[in-house]
Parts: sequence; C-alpha cells; structure tokens
Amino acid sequence: MQKTITYSDAINDALHTSMKIDKKVICMGLGINDPKNIFGTTKNLLKKFGSNRVFDMPTSENAMTGIGIGMSLDKFKVVITHQRLDFILLAMDQIINGAAKWHYMFGGKDNVSITIRLIVGRGWGQGPTHSQSLQSLFAHIPGLKVVMPSSAYDAKGLLISSIFDKNPVIFIEHRWLHSLEGKVPSKKYLIPIGKPKKILNGSHITIVSMSYMTIEAINAAKFLKKYNIHCEIIDLRTVSPIDYNIIFNSIKKTKKLLVLDTSNKSYSISSEIVAKCCENVFKHLLSPPKIIGLPNIPIPTSFGMTKDLYPESKDIINEILNIMNIKQTIPYEKNLSHKHDIPHKKFKGPF
Amino acid sequence: MKNIQKNLLEKIKLIRMVEEEISNKYFENKMRCPTHLSIGQEAISAGVCLAINNNDYVVSTHRSHGHYLAKGGNIKKMIAEIYGKETGCSNGYGGSMHLIDKNVNFMGSTAIVGNSIPVGVGLGVAAKLKKNKKISTIFFGEAATEQGVFYESLNFAALKNLPILFICENNLYSVYSSLNERQPKKRSLKNISSSMGVESIKVDEINVHEIYKITKKYAAKVRRTNKPVLIEFMTYRYREHCGPNNDDNLRYRKRSEINKWRNKDPIKVFEKFLLKNKIVTKEEILNIEKKIYSNVKSAFKYAEKSMFPSPRNAFKNIFAD
Repeated sequence: MQKTITYSDAINDALHTSMKIDKKVICMGLGINDPKNIFGTTKNLLKKFGSNRVFDMPTSENAMTGIGIGMSLDKFKVVITHQRLDFILLAMDQIINGAAKWHYMFGGKDNVSITIRLIVGRGWGQGPTHSQSLQSLFAHIPGLKVVMPSSAYDAKGLLISSIFDKNPVIFIEHRWLHSLEGKVPSKKYLIPIGKPKKILNGSHITIVSMSYMTIEAINAAKFLKKYNIHCEIIDLRTVSPIDYNIIFNSIKKTKKLLVLDTSNKSYSISSEIVAKCCENVFKHLLSPPKIIGLPNIPIPTSFGMTKDLYPESKDIINEILNIMNIKQTIPYEKNLSHKHDIPHKKFKGPF
Repeated sequence: MKNIQKNLLEKIKLIRMVEEEISNKYFENKMRCPTHLSIGQEAISAGVCLAINNNDYVVSTHRSHGHYLAKGGNIKKMIAEIYGKETGCSNGYGGSMHLIDKNVNFMGSTAIVGNSIPVGVGLGVAAKLKKNKKISTIFFGEAATEQGVFYESLNFAALKNLPILFICENNLYSVYSSLNERQPKKRSLKNISSSMGVESIKVDEINVHEIYKITKKYAAKVRRTNKPVLIEFMTYRYREHCGPNNDDNLRYRKRSEINKWRNKDPIKVFEKFLLKNKIVTKEEILNIEKKIYSNVKSAFKYAEKSMFPSPRNAFKNIFAD
C-alpha cells in the first residue's frame, strides 16, 4: 500500500517503523516531545514507545552525542535530532574524535550505531548561524556517512537504513523539504546508503544535485523540456560515500556537467564531485563542468540581503543555456505568489 | 580479607612493573606512539577496579594502562598494541592511548581529555534501561573537570539517576600547567558535584586497601540506589606527562612537592603496611614479583615477536559492515 504524505510525515513514519521493529532503537533530542514535535517529525513516538525510548534532553549537544555513542556500545541504536544543523557544532569532538573513529581506532573491535538528524534552515531571516548547510564538513571525515534525501520516499527508506547502519550517519534534512508531498509505501523498505538515483532521463546535460536543490533542478528541467533541452538529473541522496558510476556513465552520454549545492561553493560537495569527474571522465566532457551554489559568504539575516541570494530554477536554466552555448534568451518567469524567503504561502516563521 | 589484600598488592605491582619496563625499553625506539605512564598513581587503578564487578563497564583516558591492567585487560595484547603490532588489543590501530578489552568490559580509552566521560554515561544509560545491575565507571583526570562536557555529563547522570561511578584522579598537573594556573583556589569539585546532585567525596589516601574499601562502599551504593557518585582521589605522577622519562629537572614541580609524594609511594606504603601487620612475608612479596616479572617479560617478548599489520590494513575498518 502506498500513500501520499509529506516529507516530515515520511521521517515520522521511518522513526515509528524502526522503533516498532527493534526495541533497541532510542530517540532523543531537544524538543522531540514538545507540542511542535520537531516540525511534526517525532509526533506520537512518546505515546507509542514510552519515555525510556523517546526522551527530551538537556541542551548538552556534546555530552548527548557521547551518551549516544556509549549506548550504542551496548548495542542500542540511537537517533539524536537537532532542530538546526548549526547546533551540532557544539558536538564536534564526540562526532569527529569519537563516533567517526571508534570502529577504526579499536581495530574493528566495536562500532558506533548512531544517527544524527540535522535540519538545515532557510529563509525567514534564519541568518548566519541558523541556516548553514555544512554537509561537506562531515563528508570530509572518514568514518562518517552523510545522507541528504530530497524526496519523501527516499527520506523514509534512507532514514531506516541509517538507523540500522552499524556506523555513525549524519542525516541532513532541509527545512524547505518538510512540507513537500510524495508517494510513500506504508511498509518498511530500505534504500541503500551511498547510491545516487537517476530521477530524470535526458541526453543534453547531466545535473547532479542534492536535497532541496533537486526540487529546483526538476522545475528547471521541466521548463527546458519545452524548448527541447533534455536534462538528466541525478539526485545524490547520500553525499558521502558516493557511488560515482552512475554519474560517470551519465557524463559519458551527455558530455556536460552541472552540479548543484545547497551550500556555499568553495570546498564543497559540488567542488568534490567536479574534481572526481575531471579526474576520471575528463576526456568525455565537451565543456567545463559548472557549479551552482551559494557564494562564499555567511548567510545574512535581512529580508533585503537574502533577495536573489539562494540560487533557483532560473539560475539553473541560464547556466544550462550558457553551458550549451545557446545565445537565445528563454523567457522564464517564476510564478511567485509568495515572498522570496519562504517556500510556500502557508510557511510562517519564526522557524 | 587476606586474599583481597594480596590481589591489590599484585595489581599495583603489576602496573608498576609493566610501566617500568615500558620506560626501560622505550629508548629502543620500538614503541613508537605517545605513551602516558601512571607510575605513582597505581593505587587508584587497582583499588577502584578490584572494588567493582568483573562485568561492570570501565572507560578511560590517555593515561589508561593502569586502569586496563587493573580491570583484568590482557597484558600481552596491551604491550603488542603499544608496539603497533597486529596482535595488539586494537590490532595496531590505536596504540597506548586506545586500549580496549571487551572480555573484561574495559570498553575503551580515548586520547582527547574529557572525551570518554559522556561515553561512560551512555553505558550507564544502557545499564539502567537493561536493568542488568551493572555500573559504569569513568576514569578522568582533574583537567577534564575544566571542560564543558564534564558538567554536561554530570548533569545528565544526576537528572536520570544513572548507575555511574565518576573517578577523578587529581594529579595536580595538566602537562606542565599546575592547578594554580587553571582553577580558582577555593574551587571544590566535591561541592560543585554535590550542588549538581551527584554525591561526592574527596579522598587523600594512598593505601590501596583504603581506596578499595571506599570505592567498594560507594560502588555498592551506586548499584543499590541507581544514583551516580563522584570520588576525587588525590595522586601524583612521577614521570613526565608523556614519555618514559623523569622530568623533575624542568623544575615545573617543586622539589618539596615531589619529595612529599615520593615519600608516600603507594607501593612502599602498602608493602610496609602488609609486612607490619604480618599479612604477607618478604618472601611472598618476592614470589609475587617473580611471577609478575615473568609475565611482563613474556608479554614484551610476545609483542616483539608479533607482526606489524600490513600497510593495506590502514584502509580497513573505516566502516563496520
């Protein structure tokens, strides 16, 4: 059976499914049992599984990560949720010196099975320290897996895979994905970590994308199709590790590459992908690979300064025309019935 | 009672003799990793680890040889680990600062100050959820109590009533930096801890049997009440912070202070106590030493004879499958 549900409900479904099939799955996080339930993602967990397995926590990000590590050494599978990715920066010792290294530094004698859910903010003035998309920071560390699903379907399957993975997984959700709907099977299913998915077949250009940028990519591709430009979209789903075969094969076909990033471009997942593609399939590329992402600045707060800051479909369309050397301008008008700093009309701050 | 006293003597002697041997042989340049000796601090390792149960959890720090050995960790595998051999307790991946022996629930020592404290708290949560009556014992130095993660951990242990024994070994120095440089004069860990809801005592005691008895009493209380306890033990390391040498020539510690602690050496004190009370004879002590000496020798032999891991192994164990 399949139902159409939002991305946040799919996360909720994955947590319910995992906790139901394994009593060792534990959920903790600041505010997971509050009336808002982390944008609805943790609703009814407490009611269903009780306060031993679902608990709020002190604002002690570093210790709570270590506590998750300790519990996992006694075979618990721990899910820790943070309302914003930025908060986890307080726990970098436990993540980088602890979780990421544990299996390695003890010669494989033990393993750390924790999933850290992080939510990237955007818009409504989230500003410099509530909207960082720091996936490359984690992806840089051997021993961490970093997952960034863009659809409700992938969110459920990948979260279950993350929870039952024997390794620490950084599971990054984009706030603007939470309200998007998709078809999701009711039963348990797993999506392998590390496998990108081709979500659109095309012959003219390869777009590699992640998380929310995949939504913009789909819009751009739909529009370009009307002008007989056929994009192939590969949604990364996991940003570390990445199985590059599907990307390389696509480049061999399209000969062109555009990579989209939710973060600033410098030292990013997108620059890593461009590097890997240049090293491996350079001779197949007919034009320089390009990246669309944020400029290398902190995110400002003001409504005024965030205007035109985040790249969107229009920028993707223009870049593709540029790569394909099409001089003609295509009249793309984004039908915005809402302000630039919210994903849809109903979206309200303060989060 | 006689038995436990002999066990305690054996443990402190074992730790001392293993570390003396490491110190003696370090100059051969075959132990190629940072090595933090606990010579001078043995009574706490032995007293605490013998006072808890075999299946109780222990986590530790960069200075962990004593804790590992006292908990019953395999000596051959420890020495092999320091030699970087594939037969080491961490298969050569960790070295002196990353010891593990899950057979005796020595769950790991880590090299960043304060890093293993919350991990030990997590093991306490696990024990409580499983209702298995285990307690989690966490060793850390006084420098870790200058870190945020220590307070976060203490707070959670108190909040959730966790079966945890926090053991602070206060050896007065963080590398070369004295307490005066690092903590306000009237700061009391006991008071800080108590005001956070964790019962705490400070122990200035060098007799390993006394340390054992105190720990035994509080370990039983932790197990009975499911509430954490913190014990701060005053102690002193004889050697440099890291490495085999005596570094008294650097004069960062006062001669009078060094002498004060040397005069109450835990091994001398305990031997004297046992002889005076006729609990052991000189001959028995010699026999204990002989037995330990042969174990230590064979551990080093084992380590030296073992193979280095292949360079290929560096690419293994990044992820568990």
